[in-house]
Amino acid sequence: MMDLASVIQILDSTLRLSTPLLLACLAGLFSERAGIFDIGLEGKMLAAAFFSAATAAITGSVWLGLGAGILASMALSLLHGVASITFRGNQLISGVAINFLAAGLTVLIAQDWFQQGGRTPALIGDGRFPRLDLPFAEALRDVPVIGPAYSVILSGHTILVYVALLCVPLTWYILYRTRFGLRLRAVGENPAAVDTAGVSVVRLRYAAVLICGVLCGIAGAYLATGLAAGFVKDMTAGRGYIALAALIFAKWRPWQALGAVLLFGLLEAIANRYQNIELAGLVLPVQFMQALPYILTVIILAGFVGKAVPPRAGGTAYVKER
Amino acid sequence: MAVKRIPDWADVVLVPLVSLILAFVISALVIVAIGEDPWAATQMMVSGALGSTYGWGYTLYYATNFMFTGLAVAVAFQAKLFNIGGEGQATLGGLGVALACLYLPWPHWSLALLGAALGAAAFGALWAAIPGYLQAKRGSHIVITTIMFNFIAAAVLNYVLVNQLRPQGSMDPASARFPEVTQLPRLHEILEVVGIPFSRSTPANISLLIALAACVAVWFLLWRTRLGYQIRAFGHSEAAAQYAGISPLRITIVVMLISGGLSGMMAINNVMGEAQRLVLNAVEGAGFIGIAVALMGRNHPFGVFLAALLFGFLYQGGAELALWTSIPRELIVVIQALVILFTGALDNMVRMGIAKVIGPAKQGGA
Repeated sequence: MMDLASVIQILDSTLRLSTPLLLACLAGLFSERAGIFDIGLEGKMLAAAFFSAATAAITGSVWLGLGAGILASMALSLLHGVASITFRGNQLISGVAINFLAAGLTVLIAQDWFQQGGRTPALIGDGRFPRLDLPFAEALRDVPVIGPAYSVILSGHTILVYVALLCVPLTWYILYRTRFGLRLRAVGENPAAVDTAGVSVVRLRYAAVLICGVLCGIAGAYLATGLAAGFVKDMTAGRGYIALAALIFAKWRPWQALGAVLLFGLLEAIANRYQNIELAGLVLPVQFMQALPYILTVIILAGFVGKAVPPRAGGTAYVKER
Repeated sequence: MAVKRIPDWADVVLVPLVSLILAFVISALVIVAIGEDPWAATQMMVSGALGSTYGWGYTLYYATNFMFTGLAVAVAFQAKLFNIGGEGQATLGGLGVALACLYLPWPHWSLALLGAALGAAAFGALWAAIPGYLQAKRGSHIVITTIMFNFIAAAVLNYVLVNQLRPQGSMDPASARFPEVTQLPRLHEILEVVGIPFSRSTPANISLLIALAACVAVWFLLWRTRLGYQIRAFGHSEAAAQYAGISPLRITIVVMLISGGLSGMMAINNVMGEAQRLVLNAVEGAGFIGIAVALMGRNHPFGVFLAALLFGFLYQGGAELALWTSIPRELIVVIQALVILFTGALDNMVRMGIAKVIGPAKQGGA
């Protein structure tokens, strides 16, 4: 059964596995709070993962890789914006298209650039994000409870993990304590009111969609240059959809998003470590653990555990009255 | 930026055609960008997919899959329900086929086909009806729930194959081979009867005829029956339909049952007609291609038929391309994405462009 050492290891990988989910979830939060549904999180992350790994492999600089990943993700965001804001197309269909576009283009370009069957060369040295040791991590290691919690679980991750964690209070602050945030939330609830107040609905929504692109870009770069050492085909493996599920779980709020992704990260960490889990005489197969985030989301969506009400104007294009 | 109305014929013919051309032009640019010749690539695709009865066999085999999933998406779309769950529904349809073929003693392939089709449709329909029920009754967004159900279906199949259906001693997560008697007649056997020689090594089988019949049946259902009228009315305006006494709960569930049943039926082609056993990921993305097929075919069964042929061609042509050049199969995914993008999301852009060229529809004419 589980001892303390494996509990600590599981919590350590929980934080690592939650990071891309957290960034993507906050990305979706900005977009959907502004009234633009985004099921293209997966595709944006995937594109960012490829371009960050490819750039890091070619230039040897993981920071240039991060920049390239963010740019790639923002380009897809812009496409989503043009389709769903400017041309008032179906946001869901646009998201589906973006996911396929990223899935196809990344392999196509990877094959052309590297000829390694749709993957990038393995990243070494400065091509990856190094693990950071937090201050006093070594000194505190042997203190009971706090020691392992701080020096193993919290310390020793790449910088993007801490960036992601900082994005939570930052998102909260932007949404609830700034004028931009107030307008952003308003445009997702009642765009007509925002328009009447003389604020451009179109500009606000583009801003939200681009912020979403930046965050998805960091998430993808983390996947390929922090969590793994290079890009492989379809490496996001449904994380964009899990992030979307977490967003619903969190009812579109930043702190709850952190809670939801930590829960989903924990489930993933446990499923990765154990084949089957015995719980009070009942054997839970690993496939059940893998499906659990999706099952939980369906239950939440069905309103059996509290109701998740999306932003009211979400999914519909705004038509200015004349 | 107001979207001008354009004449109906332009909306039905010109918009998808222009979208398709845009998708192909951009795909051609992508091919140029990776240093290949798009013209040579096109020629290779055409000869690979349509140049021999072998190519035709595979093209028709893929098209059969896409007809089922395309019809599934189209029927749901008629009721304004966006069913992204075709992949999961077809996955479970495969389970229905496998259970019917493995555990029931069939005397003849025709009865086995009937039983397997029923099993496939029932499993797929059930898998689609739950999200339908949840949307109609509990207000959960059908797009999100069907996505979640795709993942859950994959996990269910994985569990069943690894823990239940895998024969003793086998490491492969796959079911046992189906009994010989359940093997469906292949296209070459059917065409032999009328004296047409056809390649023996392609998986195209009698399911093609069932897919064609499904196209006709869906057309009949939608435009010739009371239920079809209700479905279309519901899709047009839920409020008006409700006012006319159409129950949203009933229509949503019925439509999802039909849609999921059609997705599930795909399994008689790939699981029963081709593989003759159930493997992981037997659907291979056909559920998602159904979205492109339905959008391309304007949610009309005849359009779906044409679009499924087109995607069958692209699929087989793309496979040939991957075999003979350094262009990977993923080129089809890019083309598929562009078709979805232009026909489903940027349709207003295309429409506005057309309106500029041919002028808007006359008042009352559209």
